[in-house]
Amino acid sequence: MKAKKQRLILALLGLGAVVGAGLLAASGLKQEASFFFAPGDVAGIDPPLGKAVRLGGMVADKSIRHDADGVTIHFVVEDGKAKVPVVFKGIAPDLFKENSGVVAEGEFRADGSFVASNLLAKHDERYMPPELEGKMHKTGSLTS
Amino acid sequence: MIAELGLGLLWLAAGLAIIQAVLGMLGLWQTNRPDLGNAVRPVAVAQAVLVGMAFCCLIYLFIVSDMSVKLVAANSHSDKPLLYKVSGTWGNHEGSMLLWVAVLAMAGGGIALAERRVRRDTLIATLMAQGLLALGFYAFLLFSSNPFERLNPAPQDGQGLNPLLQDPGLAFHPPTLYFGYVGMSVAFSFAVGALITRDVGPAFARAMRPWVLGAWVMLTLGITAGSYWAYYELGWGGWWFWDPVENASLMPWLAATALLHSVTVLATRDALRAWTVMLAVVAFSMSIVGTFLVRSGILTSVHAFAVDPQRGSFILALMLIYIGGALALFALRVGTVREGAVFEPVSREAALVLNNLFLTVILGVVLIGTLYPIVAQAFDQQVSIGPPYFNPAAGSVALMLIVVMAAGPLMRWRSDSAPKVLRRLAIPLAIGIVSLVVVRLLAPDMGVLPWLGLSTALLAGTGSIAPLWKRNLLRTPLFTWGMVVAHLGVAVALAGMAVDSAFFKERLVAVNEGETTVVGPFSVKLVSVEPIIGPNWTAIEATMEARRGDGQPLTLHPQARNYSTPPTDTSEAAITTYIDGQLYAVLGKQGQDGRWQLRLWWKPLVTFIWLGGFMIALGGLLALVGRVWRERRGVKSEEIAA
Repeated sequence: MKAKKQRLILALLGLGAVVGAGLLAASGLKQEASFFFAPGDVAGIDPPLGKAVRLGGMVADKSIRHDADGVTIHFVVEDGKAKVPVVFKGIAPDLFKENSGVVAEGEFRADGSFVASNLLAKHDERYMPPELEGKMHKTGSLTS
Repeated sequence: MIAELGLGLLWLAAGLAIIQAVLGMLGLWQTNRPDLGNAVRPVAVAQAVLVGMAFCCLIYLFIVSDMSVKLVAANSHSDKPLLYKVSGTWGNHEGSMLLWVAVLAMAGGGIALAERRVRRDTLIATLMAQGLLALGFYAFLLFSSNPFERLNPAPQDGQGLNPLLQDPGLAFHPPTLYFGYVGMSVAFSFAVGALITRDVGPAFARAMRPWVLGAWVMLTLGITAGSYWAYYELGWGGWWFWDPVENASLMPWLAATALLHSVTVLATRDALRAWTVMLAVVAFSMSIVGTFLVRSGILTSVHAFAVDPQRGSFILALMLIYIGGALALFALRVGTVREGAVFEPVSREAALVLNNLFLTVILGVVLIGTLYPIVAQAFDQQVSIGPPYFNPAAGSVALMLIVVMAAGPLMRWRSDSAPKVLRRLAIPLAIGIVSLVVVRLLAPDMGVLPWLGLSTALLAGTGSIAPLWKRNLLRTPLFTWGMVVAHLGVAVALAGMAVDSAFFKERLVAVNEGETTVVGPFSVKLVSVEPIIGPNWTAIEATMEARRGDGQPLTLHPQARNYSTPPTDTSEAAITTYIDGQLYAVLGKQGQDGRWQLRLWWKPLVTFIWLGGFMIALGGLLALVGRVWRERRGVKSEEIAA
């Protein structure tokens, strides 16, 4: 094989790898991108089922309820437009409380409720998840 | 005074970076004035010394808690333990950028002091490139992130350090990572230098290799340590979250791993010239991209210290200038890079090309997955990309890569025959295939990726020690040992990942004091829960008694801590290590009925993940020592002959 020809083959292989990575990533992103919803976004429409998504909003006042097993909690996430009931099994973060922001990672169920596998609460008083901030300002429920 | 001294030193160092770059250019231009080029070396060393001293000034300010310095006041507190005062120096945006520049300058100073193999003009061009690199980041520090800024009036005391960062792991994790991350700048500068002087060849590759190896070892250590830190400090029981900040360190590692292998092809066989230069540019470009992701405030995480759009655009501009400039130079000069030596489709070179291609694909997948949410945000779409994307996409390619890794070292350079390679690989292949069947039969519910991962680990584990077969182990060169240890480390880490993700046991319960619960092979009793006081925190601490089968009971103390400055709650997991795994306990909250939430994990072979990581780094270190030692001996025998 000539050196020139080999170089051409290698260059094509390199190009193929880059294109392959792009295609692989594109197909993965199409299936697995986890979208962010506020309760108002899914009001009146069928939420995506069986897909990992995130739900963000405020924990509604007096909505946190504990199950008898001591590790399952129920609460309601609201954004001033709509409300979504959420169930979560696990240790809630320390800053998870009523009338405070939360982002829940999990899936919607067919009845419109949400099963969370993970909860993200504000790290401290100054912190607000950036996506939540945008949404809350947009929906106008953030008073401060 | 010390703050002003530090700032002065920093300005002087920046001035020297300009001189270094200008002298380098003049030295290359005016070939009849060798004194100009000769001056570049001492200037590079002086620059490194000055910025090193500036960094020491900042450490001193943190140790004495000089609250009149804005950075100290915002990130430290006088009642912090000494270790965290020191590590607080780089636990913030400005300090970590100063460390970044210091490492960059030290890398340049290191080349100036120690590099004797490469051609003189290439060395000058390399140091010029390193000076130009440093210049941009000095500007960034001095104009938008001055670590020595004063605060008037000085506050009574500081605001404290993020408690998550108050951990012995943090004292060493960022410096290690930075030496790897920023040390990769040497590869970038060497590549730029060799492109300028048209010196891309085996000699240049041999000169560049030890620097790449050294940076790669540090990067490997930093990633491994960071993974363990996240595992025990966050209390989530996971060891890799595909967090953008983790990806920011993984991407340079992937590129550097590819570079490490292609530079060997260039040094030994004089092939893959242009490709190696490209990878050297890409590796450090990934470091800059990582710095941009972490330091621009575009991401929200423990690592994103400040949100400041001006800084974000500054780093973005630096990134575009440096990466764009290097790529433009590459495009201009690639035509002058000669074709490399020819090799057959079945040969060690070909296996290393496959290694590079697979690593490139993984790098692409991780890069796109990391940047996509940021791009989507620009189009007002909130998306997050997590393990469901990364695990299958990157994992499947990684498994193919690891199979090639087992086969590559058993192939001959230039040309080999496929049947012979298969015969040498027969035992590992048989073990891999048998384990595929056996594991499926024993654990029919195992996920596809862990299943393939475990079998691949067994194949690669046996395959990676095969190069030692029938060899005199004492006469085997150190760099061959390095390769074997590093490849074995990959197999060990993969086995740990596969076994942990397939067979971990988790238990989430609420129990009263005195009650016992079961997780995996353990029975765990919650004995009591008491408040305790630490140096700058208070906590609720549980006492638990864990018993494995009929064995001796073992006491565990997970805590829920509360730091006062800044007010933050953290969870300190209690972890007990056994030879075959770890018991991991987290204390949750107390319910209204008085029961405590407990989260317990039995994580089989999880320690193999970090053991493997350290083996990979150790392998790199052995290879580095072996290469340098052989070269020293080679130089000596040449001197004797002369």
